[in-house]
Formats: sequence, C-alpha cells, structure tokens
Amino acid sequence: MADFLFYLFAALTVGSALMVALNRNAVNAAMSLFLTFFGMAGMFVLLEAYFLAILQVLVYAGAVVVLFAFIVMLLDLDNQQRKPVGKLTYAAGGAAFALMVTGVLWLFCQEQLTSPALPAEASGSVLKTYGRQLFTTYLLPMQVAGFLLLIAMIGVIVISKKTTAAQESADAE
Amino acid sequence: MTISLNAFLLVAGLLFAIGFFGVLLRRNTLVLYMCLELMLNATTLALVAFSRFNGTADGNTFVFFIITVAAAEVAVGLAIIVQLYRLRRTVQVDELTALRD
Repeated sequence: MADFLFYLFAALTVGSALMVALNRNAVNAAMSLFLTFFGMAGMFVLLEAYFLAILQVLVYAGAVVVLFAFIVMLLDLDNQQRKPVGKLTYAAGGAAFALMVTGVLWLFCQEQLTSPALPAEASGSVLKTYGRQLFTTYLLPMQVAGFLLLIAMIGVIVISKKTTAAQESADAE
Repeated sequence: MTISLNAFLLVAGLLFAIGFFGVLLRRNTLVLYMCLELMLNATTLALVAFSRFNGTADGNTFVFFIITVAAAEVAVGLAIIVQLYRLRRTVQVDELTALRD
C-alpha cells in the first residue's frame, strides 16, 4: 500500500512540477505548484515526518501559493503580449534538464551507491524531538530564524512603500 | 515500505531538474520564482529522505529552518516584483534590460 502511495505521490509531484515549468498561464502554474506541494507533503507522510507534512501544507500550499496567486491576479499579467521563446533557450533548457537527469540516473546505476536499510523507528516523527532539538542543539539558529522573519517583515513594508516621486507618477498613469 | 532511499532521491533530482529547466525557459518573473521554489523543495525532500534513512531527526530540523527562510524569501521577493512592476509596467525578464544595455 505504501509503495503504491509513493508512486502516486511521486507521479503527482513530478507531473504537476512539469506543469509549473511548461504552463503558459501564470494562474495555472500557481495551481500546479499547489498540487506539487501537496504531493510533497504526501511523501513527507510516507517518510514519517508528519510535522513537516503539516508545515508543508500550511506554509507552502497555504501561504506561499496563495501569495503567488494573489500577486499574479494583482498584476493581471495575461493582458501583456508574449514573445515566443527562442530555439536557443529551448535547447539550453532541454540540455540542462537532460544533463541533470542523466547525472542523477548515472549515480544510481553505480553499484556502490546502495540504499541503506530503513530504520524501524523514525526519530523525526515525534513532535517532542523537534521541540527538544530546536531549544537545545539549534537554539541559536532558532533565534536567528525568528530575527530573520522580523527583518523580512520590516523589509517588505519598506520595499512596498512608495518612496520616489517617479513611482507616484507611474502609479497615477 | 519497500521504497528505497534512491527512489526518493531520484524524485528530488527530477524536481530540481524541472525547476532548473523552468528557470532557464520561462520569461515571467513570477513563474521563474515558482520554479526557484520547486528547486528549494527538491532539496527539502532529499533532506527528509536522508534523515529518515539515517535514523536521525537533524535533517528534519534543517527542513524546518529551510521552510522559515523560504517563507521570508517569498515575501521579500514578491514585494520586489510588485515594486518592479510599478516602476516598469512589466515583469517579463526579456524586457527588463536596464543593466544589460
């Protein structure tokens, strides 16, 4: 059952990730991104990282994708005409994709890279582990992360303020 | 579960490659940003898989911090994109050539 679920979530994640990269409509890309994050949350559940699965759904699928969709609709990008993507860009993108995939596949075809056995008990599944680690071993990073969020909040307010006269006239147009 | 670590890493590698492909291919700054998020998520999947198969919880704690930083990054990045649109009336990267010309 778990194996089938893994294939299901892997197909969902990779398929909708492809939709994000290839879809012409930005709103559809945002919705595909939602599906991708959902599939990843499913794989986190399979890896018994339940807390991270919930965080993935709340933070990524909830906040980040909604923010993306909000900005896409705010800017109303569909009214702009698009230039077709050049052949060279397609070739470069395709070549980079093919090189990365063959690199990963080649690594796994090597005999020495065998997968370790799955430990019976997942240490990351208990919420208590996170609390203990965050407030003992990773106390300083935890403080820095909180400070970073504060800085980001202030930064967003500062950035989105209208500061120059040129901006005000551009907005008035 | 009989799925090996390699299968999870393969999915992570594929996700990273797709994100990179999208960054190279797309012109819309917002979609570029979504593809960057995909690449970031690929690394978190690899970290969680490594952590599970290694029997430690440190990778999961790392992912916790990655999610925190990504949330801050998205907020600041989107604010910059909105400001860019206010100034230039476009978010297509091939029209934003002020530094190139």
